[in-house]
Amino acid sequence: MRFDSLLDSLGRTPLVGLPRLSPSDDVRLWAKLEDRNPTGSVKDRPALYMIQKAEKEGLLRPGRTILEPTSGNTGISLAMAAKLRGYRMVCVMPENTSAERRQLLRMWGAEIISSPAAGGSNEAVRVAKRLAAEHPDWVMLYQYGNEANALAHYETTGPELLEDLPTITHFVAGLGTTGTLMGTGRYLREHVPGIRIVAAEPRYGELVYGLRNIDEGFIPELYDDSVLTTRFSVGSRDALRRTRELLEEEGIFAGVSTGGALHAALGMAAKAVKAGERADIAFVVADGGWKYLSTGAYGGTLEEAEAALEGQLWA
Amino acid sequence: MAIEVRIPTILRNLTGGDKAVEGKGGTLAELFTDLDARHPGLRARLVDDKGLRKFVNVYLNDEDVRFLGGLDTPVADGDNVTILPAVAGG
Repeated sequence: MRFDSLLDSLGRTPLVGLPRLSPSDDVRLWAKLEDRNPTGSVKDRPALYMIQKAEKEGLLRPGRTILEPTSGNTGISLAMAAKLRGYRMVCVMPENTSAERRQLLRMWGAEIISSPAAGGSNEAVRVAKRLAAEHPDWVMLYQYGNEANALAHYETTGPELLEDLPTITHFVAGLGTTGTLMGTGRYLREHVPGIRIVAAEPRYGELVYGLRNIDEGFIPELYDDSVLTTRFSVGSRDALRRTRELLEEEGIFAGVSTGGALHAALGMAAKAVKAGERADIAFVVADGGWKYLSTGAYGGTLEEAEAALEGQLWA
Repeated sequence: MAIEVRIPTILRNLTGGDKAVEGKGGTLAELFTDLDARHPGLRARLVDDKGLRKFVNVYLNDEDVRFLGGLDTPVADGDNVTILPAVAGG
């Protein structure tokens, strides 16, 4: 396949079957390999859509500064696109994210402002909102509330899945900004009667939930629970175990959040088998494992890997 | 046997610092009422007159109870309930 530029090669990612992890010929699992995007994650889709929307609205012109709270992948996608298009990029990132993410961000020229580990991405959002108020000329794309985030998946991820898997019965993805699930979920609901849209929400160590007050909680503005069929909380142990299974059984080297999505997908597969129903379950491989090598996720025992991830933002 | 309920850091001042407590009941609402008898004030932090509080997430065996039956979700001995504040991802 030939493209005019790297950005033009976005999307149209492979959907691959999992012959060994699928329970039967009637209940099959399919992995959407979003690591095959320009910067190696699903976030390239919303990042490019958000930038194009801001350009169309006249908010972004060369020389301007983009500001974004991000635990990594969105920032990396934005940094690459910003570099190509002549914007300065400032990321607000919790300090408990992997070293590789910081290295990648700097490589594409982004400036990083660290937010406290306690409170996780909530704190990054708060710090970014404060910076946006202090610098009215900066453009905060704000992935948690930007409709272009969900629209990217509505217009690309959803149609790709339906084209490659017309018999799809379930769509499973990690829940962060909720953009992937909202956009893809809406598209599939409009085209596939009875489709089940399943969220796999990462459950981190306690540090990440270190709010001072429960009313400081955060729900992305994009989130609409009517799009979802159900939502699972997946702890780091289950996510790590499934990430390793995906590697060992199917050869797919994915990031830890993908293990969380696979865990939920396998749960839905088991339910379908029990109910005697046919199922084609697609789940999102949000990124490859490269950025998580230093976390110890792939070496040693599960217990050691789990201990190493305690307090880290792994999705 | 009872129902194990995992308590987030922010609410442990109500459980004497315990990370998990046990309770009983046929529904989530009954379970919270039972817990409140031993940990006064806990129920009010989780529930208001409209149901579960906005920034409180409750999972029954890892599934969000808002997609099960909310406070009317049936619970039984051996179940695990996890309470977490809603936080940002991405």
